[in-house]
Amino acid sequence: MDPLRQPPSPCSPRPSSPRTQSCEMLGYVGIEAVLDQLKIKAMKMGFEFNIMVVGQSGLGKSTMVNTLFKSKMWKSTLPGLGVPTPKTLQLQSVTHVIEEKGVKLKLTVTDTPGFGDQINNDKCWDPILGYINEQYERYLQEEILITRQRHIPDTRVHCCVYFVPPTGHCLRPLDIEFLQRLCQTVNVVPVIARADSLTIEEREAFRRRIQHNLRTHCIEVYPQKCFDEDINDRILNSKIRERIPFAVVGADREHLVNGRCVLGRKTKWGIIEVENMAHCEFPLLRDLLIRTHLQDLKDITHNIHYENYRVFRLNKSHVLPRGPGWVNLAPGPAPSPASPQATPRTMKVCRWTQDNSDDEC
Amino acid sequence: MGRAAHCSAFAVVKGQGLPRRRQCNHVSRRDRTGERPAGGLRQLPRWDSLHHELFQSHMAAKTAGMPSQLPDSEQNQKKDNTRSLTMSGHVGFESLPDQLVNRSIQQGFCFNILCVGETGIGKSTLIDTLFNTNFEDHESSHFYPHVRLKAQTYELQESNVRLKLTIVNTVGFGDQINKEESYQPIVDYIDAQFEAYLQEELKIKRSLFNYHDSRIHVCLYFISPTGHSLKTLDLLTMKSLDSKVNIIPVIAKADAISKTELQKFKIKLMSELVSNGVQIYQFPTDDETIAKINASMNGHLPFAVVGSMDEVKVGNKMVKARQYPWGIVQVENENHCDFVKLREMLLCTNMEDLRDQTHTRHYELYRRCKLEELGFTDVGPEHEPLSLQETYEAKRHEFYGERQRKEEEMKQTFVQRVKEKEAMLKEAERELQAKFEHLKRVHQEERMKLEEKRRLLEEEIIAFSKKKATSEIHQNQPFMVPGSSLRKDKDRKKLSNAQVLEGGSGVGEALRAGSLSSRARPVLQR
Repeated sequence: MDPLRQPPSPCSPRPSSPRTQSCEMLGYVGIEAVLDQLKIKAMKMGFEFNIMVVGQSGLGKSTMVNTLFKSKMWKSTLPGLGVPTPKTLQLQSVTHVIEEKGVKLKLTVTDTPGFGDQINNDKCWDPILGYINEQYERYLQEEILITRQRHIPDTRVHCCVYFVPPTGHCLRPLDIEFLQRLCQTVNVVPVIARADSLTIEEREAFRRRIQHNLRTHCIEVYPQKCFDEDINDRILNSKIRERIPFAVVGADREHLVNGRCVLGRKTKWGIIEVENMAHCEFPLLRDLLIRTHLQDLKDITHNIHYENYRVFRLNKSHVLPRGPGWVNLAPGPAPSPASPQATPRTMKVCRWTQDNSDDEC
Repeated sequence: MGRAAHCSAFAVVKGQGLPRRRQCNHVSRRDRTGERPAGGLRQLPRWDSLHHELFQSHMAAKTAGMPSQLPDSEQNQKKDNTRSLTMSGHVGFESLPDQLVNRSIQQGFCFNILCVGETGIGKSTLIDTLFNTNFEDHESSHFYPHVRLKAQTYELQESNVRLKLTIVNTVGFGDQINKEESYQPIVDYIDAQFEAYLQEELKIKRSLFNYHDSRIHVCLYFISPTGHSLKTLDLLTMKSLDSKVNIIPVIAKADAISKTELQKFKIKLMSELVSNGVQIYQFPTDDETIAKINASMNGHLPFAVVGSMDEVKVGNKMVKARQYPWGIVQVENENHCDFVKLREMLLCTNMEDLRDQTHTRHYELYRRCKLEELGFTDVGPEHEPLSLQETYEAKRHEFYGERQRKEEEMKQTFVQRVKEKEAMLKEAERELQAKFEHLKRVHQEERMKLEEKRRLLEEEIIAFSKKKATSEIHQNQPFMVPGSSLRKDKDRKKLSNAQVLEGGSGVGEALRAGSLSSRARPVLQR
């Protein structure tokens, strides 16, 4: 993207230090109690997680978020009910605090209605990139204050879930452009949306083709190969990399199947169970995002992406105009800031030609 | 929870006087994780094995979770724009603390202890006893001229926790005759560690996750067991250190004091510390699980400790103790000394809090002071919020402007000087030229004069030679001329000769000679 952005370097877990000697302890001392202390501190402070869902309208983003966290984050828009699709790309963020077994999680979900919906989708990724960079900027500004807060509120986007429409062919140019740009700024997990329109064989073929496309265009999605720290990580992550992108189906209604109550979509030819591995790969996505790799996502965002942004910003700061306030909406990177106010003019012109288009695929 | 296990062990020790943990020596470290209760480190669910177990776990959760489910409605409590949600099923993020712990295990922990105390007061022995190992060290000499700090790093491993421990010892503290400069090296060392971290943090390309944190997390201050009060040096040192590091005062070599004296000594010490405004580290009491124990420990400060790595047989066990003719002082016996309390507080209960305090309180204070010293502020002159970056930019511009101005100035002076020099040189040149001309002219004039003189001389010589020629001719005709005229002629010749001889050089006389010779001619022509 920019020549100044270095390719991210792998983070090594062990801190470097001067000559250290290894000593054997003759008995139990109690150092491992520090783990408990850590846990108590973490539970008291709570966790934060920010996720962004990107995709065209009607691919089931809101439903997916609801399914992931098993709660109504926001109303999923039903097609054809007269809910107007936004004419511009506006980012909406919703924050919820959810608690499970004493663990508090402050979850922020950012939705991008209007992405890829226009006739001319050129530079439609700019508002998204601008938003992500704005969050980095906010964190940076907090970090370089003289008197800083004890705990800087973290609004940086930790993970971006990209919904690929299930055409069955390959990645579209819009997808490729977007993924190329975004993979350098944030962790991206692509998923095949509405996978119930593909058979299993079609799904596999589509997946292979998408993987081939990603390799051809050098797009590194999460989990990135260069951040594997040791052999265990590599084995685990390569298993994940084989299954990316996951074919997911989202549902927030419950139905009765064989006497069990499951989340699923009811159709005339059967009920698609969301949590059934034979039907779709939603559990894989959920486990990746929440149960096993959440901390890793946050770490990579903090150690790699944020640091890259910081380097870039501090190097270029003498070029940027300085305003009196601390939220500098002129974003650092080179692409011109397509602020949401600027786009309606061009977008509206395109939109007048088609009135009630349902952008369903 | 593992916490309960520790507390119960603690209680057992109190009653029986025999530390229960001693038995764990026979249990290998691997087994310890096995016997820990379920609240301890759980095995994190692996991603690949999870989705195979999903049917069972999902069904179990679903059926178990059903009765406790709340209806599918959100609770709209708007606090800070966030709403609380209830979930209708098991999502699974209660493994989050475990993920965090796993990452910390992978990274390893870092802990730095600073021991301040006089030479020979038992610092190294206490550290050895605390960590139950023999760090290589030898006795230090008493004859160092200045206080030095010696840091050594060790890698310890217990079950799966890797700890990078750095022990910093003050060498030569309190040995000098003049102790005025004793505490300054310590303060400087602590500040240097903060400075190093700050520099790393302010770098553009930084790697904080890789950085070996060398900031001091806790300072164990060893007070010598006089039984009276704090020494002045101790008070001064603690006062200068209390805003930079967490201080835990300990009474060293506590086997030299009796129990009653110890109580009085402790009270005296604490009151002195309080009255002098020294802020020692208070164990935190905000978390319910450890609030009670911490609060009671706060009342036992300062800990009276005895350190020993020697083992003595007491009953049928080998315990760490010091053997005297009048008895055996057991290190891990609660009745004998507070060593176990110190170990509990320092390592088992509050290590994380100590690190946290160092980072969020002491380091932030240092950072703020340092940056303000350099002239950065958060609020500008018109009370608009300024960012560090803007201030830095402004300063940079200012600096550049200043530099530019200075450059200009220097250029100006340089040009000025050059001009002056040039003018001077030109002036000198002109003078020289004038002189040259003048000399030339003079030279010319002199030359001309000399030429003139020469000419005249030559003329006279010619005249003289003519005269000589004519006189010779005249001498050849002396008989034809009468005597008187001869005499006259002779006189005249003599006269003329004499005149010619004496007036040979003068121009005017030459002319007279000429006239004379013209008068002589008619004489000759007669």
